[in-house]
Amino acid sequence: MLKATLKSLAARKLRLGMSAFAIVIGVAFVVGSYVFTDTLNRTFDDIFGDLSSDVVVRPATPEGQESWATLAGAGSSTTVPADLVQQIDALPEVASADGEIEDSSVFVLDKDGDVVGVAGAPGVAVNWYEEPVREGEERVLQLIDGRAPERSGEIAVDDQTIETTGYQIGDEIPLVTLGEQPRISAELVGVTRFGESGSLAGASLVAFDTGTAQELFLDGENAFNGVSVRAAEGVDAEELRDTVGSLLPDGLEAMTGDDVDEETSSAVEEGLGFFNTFLLIFAAIALFVGVFLILNTFSILVAQRSQEMALFRALGASRRQVTRSVLVEAFVVGIVGATLGLLLGLGVALGLQAIFAAFGMDFGGGLVLQPRTVIVAYVVGVLVTMVAAFVPARRASRVPPVAAMRDDVVLPDSSRRTHVLLGGILAVGGAASMAAGLLEIAPSAAVFVGVGIVAVFIGVALLAPIISVPIIRVIAGWYPKTFGTVGRLARENALRNPRRTAATASALMIGLALVSAIAVVGASANKSIEQALDDGLEAEFVMASASGQPFSPAVAEQARQTGGVATVASMRGSFAVIDGSQSYLSAIDPETFGQATELSMVEGSADLASGGAIVGDDTADSDDLAVGDTINADLGSGIEEIQIVGIYDAGNPLLGGYVVGLQTLQDLGITPADSTVYVTAESGADLGQVQADLEAATSELPMVTVQNQEEYKDSQRDEVNQLLYIVYALLGLGIIIAILGIVNTLALSVMERTREVGLLRAVGLSRRQLRTTIRLESVAIAVLGAVLGVGLGLVFGISLQRAVSDDGLDALSVPVGQLVVFILLAAAVGVLAAAWPARRAAKLDVLRAINTE
Amino acid sequence: MTTNHQAGPAAATAVELTKIYGSGDTQVTALGGVDVEFAAGNFTAIMGPSGSGKSTLMHCMAALDAPTSGKVYIGDIELSSLNDKALTRTRRDRLGFIFQAFNLVPTLTAKENITLPLDIAGKDVDQEWFDTVINTVGLADRLRHKPNELSGGQQQRVACARALVSKPDIIFADEPTGNLDSRSGAEILAFLRSSVRELGQTIVMVTHDPGAAAYADRVLFLADGQIVDEMLDPTAEKVLERMKNFDAVGQVS
Repeated sequence: MLKATLKSLAARKLRLGMSAFAIVIGVAFVVGSYVFTDTLNRTFDDIFGDLSSDVVVRPATPEGQESWATLAGAGSSTTVPADLVQQIDALPEVASADGEIEDSSVFVLDKDGDVVGVAGAPGVAVNWYEEPVREGEERVLQLIDGRAPERSGEIAVDDQTIETTGYQIGDEIPLVTLGEQPRISAELVGVTRFGESGSLAGASLVAFDTGTAQELFLDGENAFNGVSVRAAEGVDAEELRDTVGSLLPDGLEAMTGDDVDEETSSAVEEGLGFFNTFLLIFAAIALFVGVFLILNTFSILVAQRSQEMALFRALGASRRQVTRSVLVEAFVVGIVGATLGLLLGLGVALGLQAIFAAFGMDFGGGLVLQPRTVIVAYVVGVLVTMVAAFVPARRASRVPPVAAMRDDVVLPDSSRRTHVLLGGILAVGGAASMAAGLLEIAPSAAVFVGVGIVAVFIGVALLAPIISVPIIRVIAGWYPKTFGTVGRLARENALRNPRRTAATASALMIGLALVSAIAVVGASANKSIEQALDDGLEAEFVMASASGQPFSPAVAEQARQTGGVATVASMRGSFAVIDGSQSYLSAIDPETFGQATELSMVEGSADLASGGAIVGDDTADSDDLAVGDTINADLGSGIEEIQIVGIYDAGNPLLGGYVVGLQTLQDLGITPADSTVYVTAESGADLGQVQADLEAATSELPMVTVQNQEEYKDSQRDEVNQLLYIVYALLGLGIIIAILGIVNTLALSVMERTREVGLLRAVGLSRRQLRTTIRLESVAIAVLGAVLGVGLGLVFGISLQRAVSDDGLDALSVPVGQLVVFILLAAAVGVLAAAWPARRAAKLDVLRAINTE
Repeated sequence: MTTNHQAGPAAATAVELTKIYGSGDTQVTALGGVDVEFAAGNFTAIMGPSGSGKSTLMHCMAALDAPTSGKVYIGDIELSSLNDKALTRTRRDRLGFIFQAFNLVPTLTAKENITLPLDIAGKDVDQEWFDTVINTVGLADRLRHKPNELSGGQQQRVACARALVSKPDIIFADEPTGNLDSRSGAEILAFLRSSVRELGQTIVMVTHDPGAAAYADRVLFLADGQIVDEMLDPTAEKVLERMKNFDAVGQVS
């Protein structure tokens, strides 16, 4: 029996290829995500892996937090005085101790005045110091050309930045900083290289001499952000850590370099883990859609081979043997699919690498293929195929032996009632599970929603053979009238095997349901933002940096002096640990901010001058806070108690979470730097002129943009849309698989109907008419999938919006035009999917087709 | 061999018709230069042992297969000069087909199957003629049924009605009774003969059943790709006798 199975499989390579295809795509995506994130991890390990010297002195980590590294973008304001560095240096166990200064918002401008580097990546600045290097070791930051910066007005820049900008030693390079003089320039005296590969993952790195760095970043204080300590000959790092640690005042800690490196890489991995999860979710969707394709393919193949199966049964094969033969086939297909998927997955990872490289993030070196990836590829590939083949396999075993003798075999179908019942239960149960998740009744919302969606999909797919018949009658209803007999044939073909049509359409349904749901959520998000801004944004202009980096308060100062400007409201902020959890602390001047937006208070007042804080009513609810309570905020210089003086209406589009006064934030040790500046114009001012003047005032700072209300709304919409497009692109994969499913079904159906095709051609159906017939059938299947998908997507999207309407997504918007476009696109997809099967059918030799067995 | 003994113009003619399959050592000559005419209004049966080339002859005549050399005329249209599109149109407009099995499109009703060639061509159905044909084949109460709801004999009658309803120049039937029991077979054959006698149809039928051949006006005998004999006004006994003779010749050679 096994031999017979393998022989029959080898004889039908096309069949093997078609059913393996879905697996290949699904596995490729899983492998691609793993390989890419592993490669990413390796790159960051290279960057952060061996950065630190033996012992590092740095501001102490806030209570209850693992490290500062997990607080993205956060830095501490605690400094190490210069004499403490000298004290450490003087220890007998220490070979050298060097004070380090680091800042992450010094951006290099290229010759066109644009910021160098990937948007959002930091502009790193450090102080240059010479440190002794042991034999066989190299400095992490090496000077590869020119000399080190020695005085104010001199800098060294990393080689990648030099390469992209084309600056040469001796050039005067423009820089943007957060200081009072936002734009400075300095002479390039040296070129540095970071690590072995030189990759900074899109950032730039500027080195100043220590005096200048202190001037720029520490207000001229003779101090440092941290100390890099090297042990003397024969001194153990841990021993040194303890010795150095005993010298340190509160607020500073000593750690071994290895621990710091470990901490950094695990933080990076955690950050990348999100990305991996994201990709794997889409891989799961691709595989889920793939299951439908495989299920369908195997069903058709089993139907076509029912006579062969019946012959086996007639010759004495047991039902178990027939089942096993189909499962063995699935196993082989799974192995082949997983192998090809593994190879294709490496290609996917290479593609992702190339895409990132095109955006300036070059992760050099080869791909990382871990044994885990290979194992997952085979387990997923084989398991999914076997599961998908199980139902057809059981059906195959029920072929009665007598079928071998008959011409028109009808496979025993499991009863419709079972299907309806099971489908109904799954759909209703899934919906209930989704609802429980969305309404947060269930303990784990994400799991309940996810399982619910899968159950609804399977339920609807089971019901689809029944509900698809009336839908197809509507979709294809106009065919006979418009296309005559050709149309009638197409309609009847789409209807002749509802189970097959429905299963094929279901694959498309899943992809389109997700896309439509996201379209509804996206449109609602856009509408909600727009409404909130319409109601809440009173400032005529918004100034912000494109990359989201804070910028110098000098910008706001210049805006204040621009003619026609009434008020200028700065908004600042910092990451902070508030009541033990990571959070963000915003800072405003309620006076001016109240001009930019209507700051309506639910309770208390917005008087922040006394050092108090206000919170949004949503945060107050969730954290159980009332006016008069205090919060514990740690911004890196120890815990500070702040009293809540008011609770504001969180419906405000510009404000969220905890808010303090500008002065309070500065008192907490955060260097003044604006994240956004809101400008209101004097009444009657020429807005066009004001905007032009503001733009002129910021021309020195290419990263800061001036947007009027419309432009600001557009940019907010763009942010939502960009996210949508990324999700669409990834869901596109599921849709491609669904298209292949249609191609597959049509091709197999045409094969099955070879004699019919021959007959039609014999009695005078032209090739063109035959192609039209197949195309119309394909369009009917595709549109059925689209209608089901868009319908489900609407339900998903609307319930999602309803569920989170309290969290800012309060306006529902159904993008009707977009949904109609989806259905039209599906029709186009149908035409496309039919191209190959139609051509194959048209090419059939009439005589041979009639005489096929 | 000249075989036009019949009165009336030829509905189809073959001149020096040759069909060779394969090449080199595996080359098989299915038809070796056949000249034949099928007169209009005549019922011709083609007989011969397996491999004699009778099916090939019919397929070439019916524009289903292209000859290696020689010419085929349907009326005055020469087939070898036509491309696939024109051949398709010729089949649709001028020829009718009845196959041994699988004559009907399973998704269409009996009526839709019957009018299929006309529908494909976008022509109107001549209702009077349609009723005549339906009544002759006795299908009036079965028109709304799908093929799988009809018996084998009924299915073949639908096929006959389809072949007749477009009034083709000539109908080609390939073992039309091969899959039927003798009674249904007899009904079909009687019907074919009456369509020739009463409706003036031209029919060419391939068969290996002497009993079926006896319904024809004329029987052509093929062997090794050549027309070796013909018989007018055949009876089953005469045809059987002739065929036995063949077998004897075949065994000797």
